[in-house]
Amino acid sequence: MISTQDYLIVSAILFFIGVLGVLTRKNLFIIFMSIELMLNSVNLTFVTFSRFFEDLTGQAIVFLVIAVAAAEAAIGLSIVILIFKNKESLNIDDFNIMKG
Amino acid sequence: MIANTIFFWIFSLIAVISALFMITRKHPLSSALCLVITFIALSGLYGLLSAKLLFVIQILVYAGAIMSLIIFSIMLLNVKEENLPKEDNIKKRVIFSSLLLLPMFFIIYLSIELYETYYFQDISSDFGSIKSLGLFLFTKYTLPFEIVSILLLIALLGVVVLAKRKI
Repeated sequence: MISTQDYLIVSAILFFIGVLGVLTRKNLFIIFMSIELMLNSVNLTFVTFSRFFEDLTGQAIVFLVIAVAAAEAAIGLSIVILIFKNKESLNIDDFNIMKG
Repeated sequence: MIANTIFFWIFSLIAVISALFMITRKHPLSSALCLVITFIALSGLYGLLSAKLLFVIQILVYAGAIMSLIIFSIMLLNVKEENLPKEDNIKKRVIFSSLLLLPMFFIIYLSIELYETYYFQDISSDFGSIKSLGLFLFTKYTLPFEIVSILLLIALLGVVVLAKRKI
């Protein structure tokens, strides 16, 4: 038998894999995809709670999150392409113009 | 119920294993393909949770549109071996960030385990269907839905502006 907790644990594991990818990798594309993975794991939590409370609000929020993620992917990828054309590199340590 | 359990384990194992593959591949193209598999497995989990519209949307928008955009731009940039960043002391960083993340994961795991165990009851086949979610979006959530359309328009304009400008 599968309970709510199993879905929540899968979602937590996926979220932490995404955080691990952001913290350990230096490749710009892989960091970007880790962020997408984190967004998806939160979506899984929303859908689980929507099924748990038998309320459609969670699924409506997931619908909006997917639209926002699509906008974020378009903008982010165009920025990545511009940066790569400027610096010929995908290493995030090279992009320290803002001295952050 | 047995089929539900089996499919849950299959989908979640595929999702977790290919997510692990995603963050460990060297070339971004292979990790993008692993991420597509993760998204398809996640859409299977949505289907098990009887979110039928989201099951379709996840495959169409995430695995179809967003991931093909990412794969397309990786191919467009023609990333070669020498452009990839050298990640030499990756073992040290993995150990350090795991030490940082494990307490947080443990806290979240404990708070999930303390939550009441709930086994899913049978639900009407209308829940999460296109008709019910569409009615819900267009009655109760009309304003956010319209604001998202403005956001998509702004993203479209922003991409055009970014692509035209020379920096």
